[in-house]
Amino acid sequence: MTRPEIDRPHREGSLPKAATGIRGLDEITGGGLPRGRPTLVCGSAGCGKTLLAMEFLVRGAAELDEPGVFMAFEETAEELAQNVRSLGFDLDDLAARNRLVVDYVHVERSEIEETGEYDLEGLFIRLGHAIDSIGARRVVLDTLETLFGGLSNVGILRSELRRLFRWLKDKGVTAIITAERGDGTLTRHGLEEYVSDCVIVLDHRVTEQLSTRRLRVVKYRGTTHGTNEYPFLIDEDGISVLPVTSLGLRHQASDERISSGIPWVDAMLGGRGFYRGSTVLVSGGAGTGKTSLAAHFADAACRRQERALYFAFEESESQLIRNMRSIGLDLSTWADRALLRFYATRPSAYGLEMHLATLHKLVVDFKPRVVVVDPITTFLGAGTSMQAESMLMRLIDFLKGSQITALFTSLTHAGQFTEGSESMVSSLIDTWLLLSDIEVESRRQRGLQVLKSRGMAHSNQVRGFQLTDKGVQVRAAARKGPARRPR
Amino acid sequence: MTRKKVKPESLAEVAATGTANPDIFELRLYVAGKTARSVAAFENLRRLCEEHLAGKYSIEVVDLLVHPQLAKGDQIVAIPTLVRKLPQPIRKVIGDLSNVERTLVGLQVRAPRHGPEPGE
Repeated sequence: MTRPEIDRPHREGSLPKAATGIRGLDEITGGGLPRGRPTLVCGSAGCGKTLLAMEFLVRGAAELDEPGVFMAFEETAEELAQNVRSLGFDLDDLAARNRLVVDYVHVERSEIEETGEYDLEGLFIRLGHAIDSIGARRVVLDTLETLFGGLSNVGILRSELRRLFRWLKDKGVTAIITAERGDGTLTRHGLEEYVSDCVIVLDHRVTEQLSTRRLRVVKYRGTTHGTNEYPFLIDEDGISVLPVTSLGLRHQASDERISSGIPWVDAMLGGRGFYRGSTVLVSGGAGTGKTSLAAHFADAACRRQERALYFAFEESESQLIRNMRSIGLDLSTWADRALLRFYATRPSAYGLEMHLATLHKLVVDFKPRVVVVDPITTFLGAGTSMQAESMLMRLIDFLKGSQITALFTSLTHAGQFTEGSESMVSSLIDTWLLLSDIEVESRRQRGLQVLKSRGMAHSNQVRGFQLTDKGVQVRAAARKGPARRPR
Repeated sequence: MTRKKVKPESLAEVAATGTANPDIFELRLYVAGKTARSVAAFENLRRLCEEHLAGKYSIEVVDLLVHPQLAKGDQIVAIPTLVRKLPQPIRKVIGDLSNVERTLVGLQVRAPRHGPEPGE
């Protein structure tokens, strides 16, 4: 699998690391978790701790030849298997092939009486037995702190946990210990005191009714790591962390030109269309033909046998296909041949970063050469303007880094030249096409002009056009100039 | 439509448990090697049984160092752990069993005292 750009260079020769196999997480940590050491994963209830831990084991067992032991303190093996089945993890199969052991540890305080000294040797023996039985290289303890609820002697518990972490290190297993977030502390019972090599915090925040999951590497001893909060998704493929922050301006600029799908638009852009890997903004009022232009662009890519990914935030796939058929574009053939993929959702369905994470994941999966986001405006309305700007910058940097040509459409309101979000976007855009209504002889007409196009000679005309059943056609009569005036 | 089979099964279970002698205490002591603590626990247990359960108890000692796979079945975490297998329900007492009173309460040989214990 090819990985997207890594947001920081990975230096060899530092701490040995165990790849998690979780999308994005290995990029952020520069290769994975510290090998042979415990890592603490903490967060509040429902933030995805168990899932992250489980995926770490499943990927290890299924893909990286590292069998694993899952010691569950909260859910039974059956419950766990059921919970992760929807993510495509077949725990029973892995267990049958001796790649995974799930041991459910249950301490029922009500049936236990404590008298005198004891230790947790039973836990050690169980864990050791499970590890040895399949030659495990990875261990998950989820959630160890449950023991504090089951046993009352905190002193014994603490010293035994300290011993447990040392023992895990001696065993040489790469371990994840999950813990609930405490009040003002990382974990409720101060486990961070014992696990000092790597600490990851997960967070599930809801702002203005939009939820965003985030991951942050709080500490990673002996290595560089991304310190930002990275959004992550949980979907049918498990967890994917969005590793992209800003890639900076390092991408290669291509000299290759690709068609907009409309010959006369290409003609306005120095006769050869857009640069490959550039970012195009098509803005205009309602009904000025933005989506039609975007569809032509996607269609042209498919004609070149390149894959196109179309994010639709206002129309469903079938509605788009139907509407574009009316201007002579049959997008369904491309969709059937898997050259074109639609992703239609409401922008308000998730928070900005979740959208970005979804976009990122789809781009990595589908590997398109062109991407359409139609429209980007509603999308940018979903967060604060600073969030929106940073998210757009990250998206553009990511697409540029992968040499993907992107076309965004943007809705401007009548009589308004640019919107706030647009002027902000402007500096990030390489080619900006403005669609407008022009009134000619008391008839409304669509007009297109190139506001800017970096690195190429471009037309400064406003070209009138119409949407016909043969596509977007230039209108000879719409040419601007004195000749058009009534004599 | 399938008939409910739950009832006969649970009845069978009831019958099965009913056959066991309710007076016999079937005890299992889990240890990990011959440590001072496990030896002490075993000594304490035997003394206590002779005193309070004479003639109606059995003790099985399980060394988890020899049979690690047995820890899972009775959900053993702490060592030493004394498990009362019978009469049901299962009860556990962890620790070296040095406190006779608490051990008896744990095994439900004696009901927990209501009110303050003497000397408290």
